[in-house]
Amino acid sequence: MATKASRSAARIMMAPAVILLLGWMLVPLTLTLFFSFKKYLPMRGDSLEGGLDWVGFENYGRFISSSSFWPSVQTTLIMVGGVLLITVVLGVLLALLLDQPIWGQGVVRILVIAPFFVMPTVSALVWKNMLMDPVNGILAHLWRFFGAEPVSWLSDASMQSIILIVSWQWLPFATLILLTAVQSLDSEQLEAAEMDGAPPLKRFWHIVLPHLSRAITIVILIQTIFLLSIFAEIFVTTGGAFGTRTLTYLIFQRVVDSQNIGLGSAGGVYAIILANIVAIFLMRIVGKNLDA
Amino acid sequence: MSLKRALLAVSAMVSVASTAAYAETLTIATVNNGDMIRMQGYTDDFTEKTGHTVEWVTLEENVLRQRVTTDITTKGGQFDIMTIGMYETPIWGANGWLVPLDGLSAEYDVDDILPAMRGGLSHEGTLYAAPFYGESSMVMYRTDLMEAAGLEMPAAPTWEFIREAAAAMTDRGNDINGVCLRGKAGWGEGGAFITVTGNSFGARWFDEDWNAQFDQPEWKAALEFFIGMMNEYGPPGYATNGFNENLSLFQQGKCGMWIDATVAASFVTNPNDSTVADKVGFALAPDTGLGKRSNWLWAWALAIPAGTQKADAAKEFIEWATSKDYIELVAANEGWANVPPGARTSLYANPEYQKVPFAQMTLDSINAADPTDPTVKPVPYVGIQFVAIPEFAGIATEVSQEFSAAYAGQQSVDEALAKAQALTNDAMEAAGYR
Amino acid sequence: MARAITPRRKILTSGLAWAIGILLFFPIYWTILTSFKTEAQAINDPPLFFFFDWTLENYAVVQDRSDYMRFLWNSVIIAGGSTLLGILVAVPAAWSMAFVPSKRTKDILLWMLSTKMLPAVGVLYPISLIFVEFNLLDTRIGLVVVLMLINLPIIVWMLYTYFKEIPGEILEAARMDGAGLREEILYVLTPMAIPGIASTILLNFILAWNEAFWTLNLTAAGAAPLTAFIASYSSPEGLFFAKLSAASTMAIAPILILGWFSQKQLVRGLTFGAVK
Repeated sequence: MATKASRSAARIMMAPAVILLLGWMLVPLTLTLFFSFKKYLPMRGDSLEGGLDWVGFENYGRFISSSSFWPSVQTTLIMVGGVLLITVVLGVLLALLLDQPIWGQGVVRILVIAPFFVMPTVSALVWKNMLMDPVNGILAHLWRFFGAEPVSWLSDASMQSIILIVSWQWLPFATLILLTAVQSLDSEQLEAAEMDGAPPLKRFWHIVLPHLSRAITIVILIQTIFLLSIFAEIFVTTGGAFGTRTLTYLIFQRVVDSQNIGLGSAGGVYAIILANIVAIFLMRIVGKNLDA
Repeated sequence: MSLKRALLAVSAMVSVASTAAYAETLTIATVNNGDMIRMQGYTDDFTEKTGHTVEWVTLEENVLRQRVTTDITTKGGQFDIMTIGMYETPIWGANGWLVPLDGLSAEYDVDDILPAMRGGLSHEGTLYAAPFYGESSMVMYRTDLMEAAGLEMPAAPTWEFIREAAAAMTDRGNDINGVCLRGKAGWGEGGAFITVTGNSFGARWFDEDWNAQFDQPEWKAALEFFIGMMNEYGPPGYATNGFNENLSLFQQGKCGMWIDATVAASFVTNPNDSTVADKVGFALAPDTGLGKRSNWLWAWALAIPAGTQKADAAKEFIEWATSKDYIELVAANEGWANVPPGARTSLYANPEYQKVPFAQMTLDSINAADPTDPTVKPVPYVGIQFVAIPEFAGIATEVSQEFSAAYAGQQSVDEALAKAQALTNDAMEAAGYR
Repeated sequence: MARAITPRRKILTSGLAWAIGILLFFPIYWTILTSFKTEAQAINDPPLFFFFDWTLENYAVVQDRSDYMRFLWNSVIIAGGSTLLGILVAVPAAWSMAFVPSKRTKDILLWMLSTKMLPAVGVLYPISLIFVEFNLLDTRIGLVVVLMLINLPIIVWMLYTYFKEIPGEILEAARMDGAGLREEILYVLTPMAIPGIASTILLNFILAWNEAFWTLNLTAAGAAPLTAFIASYSSPEGLFFAKLSAASTMAIAPILILGWFSQKQLVRGLTFGAVK
């Protein structure tokens, strides 16, 4: 149906978005690449006007040979993976549950999606102080009520705690998308399977899950993009201590704490590479699923 | 670009010349500590006196540091006054990023500023920031618990005594921890505390050739003592406790002793906030008999970034906020115990202020701190709980993260020290010291 | 699924759903509740769940310290502005991708998403320097543009999936009737796409409202939104649970209320093409 005229019209209509995003990608990326080959220590008086020394790949070498690099990559992957696992598994179960006829469905749905509206800084602050504080937090009260020793969540179970906080924020998103997918499930097919005497687990495995696969991929793709750059939750709770320093946080420390822009920029380039490895991996799957 | 800058500079000069007498609106970045929040409440007094108005940007300490540092290094020019500390001031001053605070008025009496504070906020004899309040650190303890334990706090205790007293005061059944100390990662939090503790054990960050010293026995002794004592008598989860967490615990009556900033004295003795206000005693920070006490020196100070076009109005504000009049204004409204401490000599000569229970101990603690000679052995750096080089904040944050992991029992003291040693030497090499 | 449900099963599923809902909502409930306590009550042992003397004192203290309305207004402008601008740019792009697809459409779509992978902290300096150069620091327009760019890929994708669900035959029928491109968009497409556009707007408003890195690092006094407001309460001296709760409640209340009123719209629209 596409004529030549409508093709060129389409191109014009696409232009603003593409040009803006191209600029948004290229300008900072170019500057980051530029800085990554420079010695740029503003605290030592280096500045753009004064000219920066070219240091070749020194920043790249130093960033990757630092003892914190590989642990930070590992931390990033564990954190993202953990949150994805929790939100997808619980999201599917919750979506199936909310699809059932229940009393006060609307209210329950509101309760479930509410965490998604809370800004990351606030949710990190609330979890850290009001829930996880080992002396005054509500969890400490609960533990003591059952005669147990309160847990120092953010030091003894730091990674699990952050995964819990972030999962709490993203579970509503996963649930919502999966819920719309569940609702579009062909009930006749399910009923037919039920008639045939297929047990619930089998029905779930052979009918429900394949139907949800597309929604699950989309949840994973979108969440991964956001999760790779988690920052506020770590900044507020552990400040990167206790094995929670992700690659993003390591770059933050190099740029802001150490004021080494060159080194931080090299780290930024590594982060882009990591993100793209993950992305290629994901898009292989999504791309297949996206063909409408 | 250079033409644009030149034009800007010219117009800036013109506007300074022509608007000197006009009312300005100052944008001030500050930290959300109690004394600063109180100052915001008195902004009207400043506006009344000078005609200038003020826009406050109040941020939590870590966010503030990140924000003002980025602003000053990128020449963002968003603030007319920045609240910075004793660590940043000499470094930024040396880089020419701050407006020198000279030509202050006679009634301001710059010579009245405590010498220790003035020294720490100057670079090569030029003052770059005026202290809003200054602090050292000292022991705050519960007199009732100390008495119940049958002990008496000496005016200058040793670490050994602190441990004994902590053991005697700890009462887990009643939720009382013998001693509360900072363990939170971050150079200004647990990093500062373990550094001064190290000083009293004879440890140092660097030897004279800028080699990291974490492989030395003094550090191991300090860390093992600290961890041993805190595991036995400290609050649960102390590895994530900083100043605020400990203040809150102490105010709730859950600590027997707390060694921390002298400014906390007015918070723990304030009956509105503290359940133990009338049961607090004070002593000098502990030592181990090596001749150095574990007390630091710090000031939150107001500085003018060099890019601002409102330097004159900004200077007026600084003169107002750090003046003797301001102290009297607060004293008249909220009592002498609540004035910003540790900045002026005259405050400690004031007979009214001398009645405040923690006044003398604060002054003694401040006077006992010497940034040029922080520890037992000689060092190539200035600073007590920090090392006044630009690389320190980054290094010390990572070192203190390793230490905090050791406090939480996630690695041994030896592992933490080995990692600290390696990362410090790495960073110093990168910066060209070694 | 219209099937006969035994009452027992309904009780069971309802109970379970409510339990999970309450559990997930508890942190928010606890925050709101604590904001009405005094500082001493906030740390009371055992915790007070309902029966205490409710007070508005914390809200008064917070309001006294910082002018809430100004932060709120900035949040509204920045989140609203970036969302509207994003929609303006994204609608034509998504339209053309959906109705005049080419071989590269999918690649362009995925490339757009990949621009979101640049970690914000890594480009703090480049962006700050650009903002300084163009005098954009502490301006609402600067933040509107940045947040628009950050969320644009998501907007385009959401709209694209909605537009794709609009059957092509309708367009062809309209063209037969002599409708031009303008009429086509205005009278045929827009009405059909409104639910999709509405939920796109909602989601992006939420994302922009909650963005806390750039809004904090690129503002001072003038354009600071609620994310900066909360940064001054995150760790004050002494007992602070109640005041922190009050500030938190103030920061999230507007978006929570908006979200609740429009949750049906959001639930219906948040598909990202998950449903074929």
